[in-house]
Amino acid sequence: MKRILLSAFAAGFGTIAIAETAPSDVTFGDYGQVEMSVSGAAGDPAAGREIMANRGKGNCIACHQVTALEEFPFHGEVGPSLDGAGSRWEESDLRGIVTNAKMTFPESVMPAFYMVDGFIRPGNGYTGKAAEGPLDPILTAQEIEDVVAYLMTLQD
Amino acid sequence: MKKTLLSASAVCLAMAVPFGSVMADENADLIINGELEITVRAPAPAHMEGSGISEIMSGWVFRATETQAFEMDDFENPGMIFTEAAIDAWNTVEGEAGESCASCHGTPEDMAGVSAVYPRWNEGAGEVRTMTTQINDCRTEQMGAEAWDYDKNDMLNMQALLASVSRGMPVDVAIDGPAAETWEMGRELYYTRTGQLDLSCANCHEQNYGNLIRADHLSQGMINGFPTYRLNNARLNGVHSRFRGCVRDTRAETYSVGSPEFVALELYVASRGNGLSVEGPSVRN
Ligand code: HEC
Ligand code: HEC
Ligand code: HEC
Repeated sequence: MKRILLSAFAAGFGTIAIAETAPSDVTFGDYGQVEMSVSGAAGDPAAGREIMANRGKGNCIACHQVTALEEFPFHGEVGPSLDGAGSRWEESDLRGIVTNAKMTFPESVMPAFYMVDGFIRPGNGYTGKAAEGPLDPILTAQEIEDVVAYLMTLQD
Repeated sequence: MKKTLLSASAVCLAMAVPFGSVMADENADLIINGELEITVRAPAPAHMEGSGISEIMSGWVFRATETQAFEMDDFENPGMIFTEAAIDAWNTVEGEAGESCASCHGTPEDMAGVSAVYPRWNEGAGEVRTMTTQINDCRTEQMGAEAWDYDKNDMLNMQALLASVSRGMPVDVAIDGPAAETWEMGRELYYTRTGQLDLSCANCHEQNYGNLIRADHLSQGMINGFPTYRLNNARLNGVHSRFRGCVRDTRAETYSVGSPEFVALELYVASRGNGLSVEGPSVRN
């Protein structure tokens, strides 16, 4: 729906189609990578930086140490340090990992940040109550791109 | 290409581990009041073979040194204050039958060892009973009194008292015979990922104990120390309420306190602690 509206809008104005890909429509490559921007736009690394530290958003530092985010207290050790992630991985790999890490690392404990179905007893956020209606992904399409753009700045 | 990338991340994972050990003295031993030795590390029970855990550890081991200290002296342990209210309740006649706990059970000390074997199969009732459901059965069936709310004040106080008289005794819950079915159900729940974060108890407490998750130092999620006095909320906390909080944090719809699911999970989690000492009321953050 969103997608149709957006591309209709773009077509109407004769610009390049900016189409957001819905969580269930994302296609993964053989190694779990996602080639195209899921929002259809480029990411903003400054916004991505905030999302990484925000408990209600990415909260990536709950599990990962990131030297460039040291101003935010308490970095976890469940996952590897993300220092140099932008040198280790292609942008498409990072997009795949943030979208649904299990496509790259089967059985990973890393949550899928852009996924809305297939969960057992999904809740209504952190209330402990049942979800009402369809789930929103933990991060929006644009937030995924922002985080990917930030990860790309983490060079060795 | 992929291979080198993966092994690079494996190296990072291995390097990340020692970092959190500054927070707690994971090698400390727990001796309460200078005399009561508490087993906080023990060989994993046989049923945990294949879990990757060979040594089971009390949550006390993972707490910061200052938090650990609270539990080493009963005058410092805020949880012990609640046992005094429970002694009064123990001796108070309540309900239509005109009985108190004391009139049938003698002193609280006569209950030494009971907390260590609960949850436990009750033959007459044909069900696995937790301390809570057993105490409430005594209240409603034996005393003709009102049941106490699950995981609420009166009930937690009484559980703290009954745990305290078993402190130092090894947890030894039975998982075979008629309890086996409930135990299997608990085991299943332990390994089932829930919620939008898609995490199971095992993902955190089996695969990642010893690691920091944000500011929290992950323990093995044992229940030998319940009820726990938490410095965070300054009161006693029950097992099911703790389970509830952990499930909620996976962005899941939780089971309710007192539900058959949580009773089964309690039996299973208790059995993972077989061999540790009963330690309640313990102090956690
Ligand atoms: C619950 C813990 C957890 C959270 C939260 C988490 N991750 Fe991860 N992440 C992991 C683990 C564990 C791995 C290692 C891969 C595996 O599972 O084998 C990993 C791997 C990664 C990798 C690849 C590692 C490398 O070599 O650089 C990247 C990139 C990454 N995560 C980014 C993120 C970002 C960005 C976020 C937040 C949006 C995030 N993670 C949130 C646990 C987590
Ligand atoms: C009228 C007598 C009576 C009173 C009063 C009574 N109980 Fe009981 N209690 C019993 C009996 C009988 C059992 C054994 C029940 C069974 O096996 O089904 C029992 C069992 C228990 C057990 C489990 C013991 C074990 O070894 O498994 C606990 C714990 C307990 N009672 C606590 C209490 C508490 C706390 C109170 C007061 C709130 C109380 N009881 C009041 C009769 C009583
Ligand atoms: C996202 C990670 C995570 C998951 C999943 C999780 N827990 Fe926890 N749990 C924690 C944290 C953090 C604490 C507080 C620090 C500690 O003791 O590990 C905790 C504490 C506990 C404690 C208290 C331990 C003590 O010594 O007082 C118990 C019991 C527990 N969890 C059981 C469970 C059970 C059962 C499940 C599955 C239903 C579960 N947890 C799922 C993170 C988690």
